[in-house]
Amino acid sequence: MITTTHYMVLSAALFTLGVVGVMTRRNVIIVLMSIELMLNAVNINLVAFSHQLQNVIGQVFAVFIVVVAAAEAAVGLGIILAFYRNKETVNIDEMNLLRW
Amino acid sequence: MVETVIVPLIMVVTVLAAVLVTVMYIVLLERKVQAWVQVRLGPMRVGPHGTLQPLADVLKLFVKEDITPARADKWVFTAAPIIVLVPALIAFAVIPFASGLTLFGISIPGRIADVNVGLLYIISVAGIGIYGIILGGWSSNSKYPLLASLRSSAQLISYEIAVTMTLVTVIMLSGTLSMVGIVDAQLSKGWWFAFMQPVAFAIYVIGSLAETNRAPFDLPEAEQELVAGFHTEYSGMRFAFFFLAEYANMIVVSAVATTLFLGGWLQPFPNVPALSFLGLVPGWAWFMLKTFGFLYLFLWVRATFPRYRYDQLMRLGWKWLIPLAILNVVVTGLVKVLV
Amino acid sequence: MAEAAAFYILATLILGFGVLVITAKSTVHSVLFLVADFLCVAALYVTLRAPFLAVIQVMVYAGGIVVLYLFVVMLVNLKRPPEAHSDPRRLGRLGVVMAAAVLAQLGAIFAVGWVKPAAVEGTLSPQNVEQIGRALYADYLIPFELASFLLLVAMIGAIILAKREL
Repeated sequence: MITTTHYMVLSAALFTLGVVGVMTRRNVIIVLMSIELMLNAVNINLVAFSHQLQNVIGQVFAVFIVVVAAAEAAVGLGIILAFYRNKETVNIDEMNLLRW
Repeated sequence: MVETVIVPLIMVVTVLAAVLVTVMYIVLLERKVQAWVQVRLGPMRVGPHGTLQPLADVLKLFVKEDITPARADKWVFTAAPIIVLVPALIAFAVIPFASGLTLFGISIPGRIADVNVGLLYIISVAGIGIYGIILGGWSSNSKYPLLASLRSSAQLISYEIAVTMTLVTVIMLSGTLSMVGIVDAQLSKGWWFAFMQPVAFAIYVIGSLAETNRAPFDLPEAEQELVAGFHTEYSGMRFAFFFLAEYANMIVVSAVATTLFLGGWLQPFPNVPALSFLGLVPGWAWFMLKTFGFLYLFLWVRATFPRYRYDQLMRLGWKWLIPLAILNVVVTGLVKVLV
Repeated sequence: MAEAAAFYILATLILGFGVLVITAKSTVHSVLFLVADFLCVAALYVTLRAPFLAVIQVMVYAGGIVVLYLFVVMLVNLKRPPEAHSDPRRLGRLGVVMAAAVLAQLGAIFAVGWVKPAAVEGTLSPQNVEQIGRALYADYLIPFELASFLLLVAMIGAIILAKREL
């Protein structure tokens, strides 16, 4: 019997994987992809609750999250490209131009 | 049990077999049509008038050596043809071939699945096919395929926008995303959507020529340009997969055009009683007729028009087709509200 | 029974591909595992009776966003030394904090208790697209318009950022 708790555990695990990816990888593109993993985890949670409470608002919220993720991915990748043209690196540790 | 599992399974096998056989014979038909347009005969040796040529082609591709470039990324190189072929085949799951019939008391529907979001399913599946092209070119670890795959995928995603906008107008007219519902809407309105939306149909034809990398938009894979495009380094069965995928894509696009714009399995003028004798021809025969007509258009255009240069191609897609498609959506909306 | 099998298989695939995304050596392989992950999540949405969200997931996420990632990865793929690891002591401290956070998460989930599927009287209809459309255009029109505005701003921003010369 698959209850909502199962989906919550799956979502928590996926979210944790995303956080680990953000914190341990040095390649900024992998960091952005881990953020997408986190957003997906949240979406799974929302859809599971929408299924449990039989209310469509969970799915509507998930659609909005997909929209925001798309916008954020586009702008984030644009920033990476612009930075890469200047400094030839995608390593986060070397993106420290604002440091004193 | 029978109706929910066995009947769809049999339909899946039938549809897949039909698609694969059709693909083989479309290849032959293309060579023949091009030949006749150019006042020559085409393949004539294998079988009567060359009709067994596809079997010879399949045999040849089977026994050819499978070469993998030295520093190619092996897993991705192997996966790319599969990623191109699978979406082209699974798109047939929602296309309605006929209105259904009852055989020995078991109702056999005219389609494999009637999903609430049928049209969106086809669009999303087409988006997955782009990966195969990008990965095929990139994993070959070679200049020409990489360039060709980037050009080809950029072309595909540009024209995907214009084509999706035309599908939006069809959805506005039919009020539903389900493919079966769209055909029923054409039945209830009495007109095929190609007559109610001529601009959308024209944009769909042009866009689908670009979506399937067919002439006159086939710069990324033309022989005179980039060797053979993104599948330069592929040989044997892997090349066969790419080939299969291209022609299966053509059939999908034609089937979708038939369902959305040409009335699916409906006869012409379905609501006119005087012409109801056309109903003697079964639905699936009308469907095949219209699909083959659309496919013949593809072959005809290839034999007729010169190739577009790449920048002309992108300019056409972004500066002409997308604004026209958006304008079409706005006008359709206004007409629906005011009329 | 079939639902349980589907859930466990999909959950294993999702988490497995997630681990592969963050641990793959080649960035292109990471991106491909991300695509596979998104497709499995879309399949999970289908089992949760959300077909519209499933096709939106495939169309927008797997078919749009990750293609963008793939293009950028190919554009910045240069022959350079492999990624340097950060300070191992920092990783150790980080590991302890993460483990504590995960335990707190799981504790919170199970403290809520095993959620039993009660017979809730909800309004989810099988006409999924129509219901979402009605909700978006009637109840949530302003967020919808704001979202389209956000997309416009993001589009303009991405074009300006990625141009070679302004």
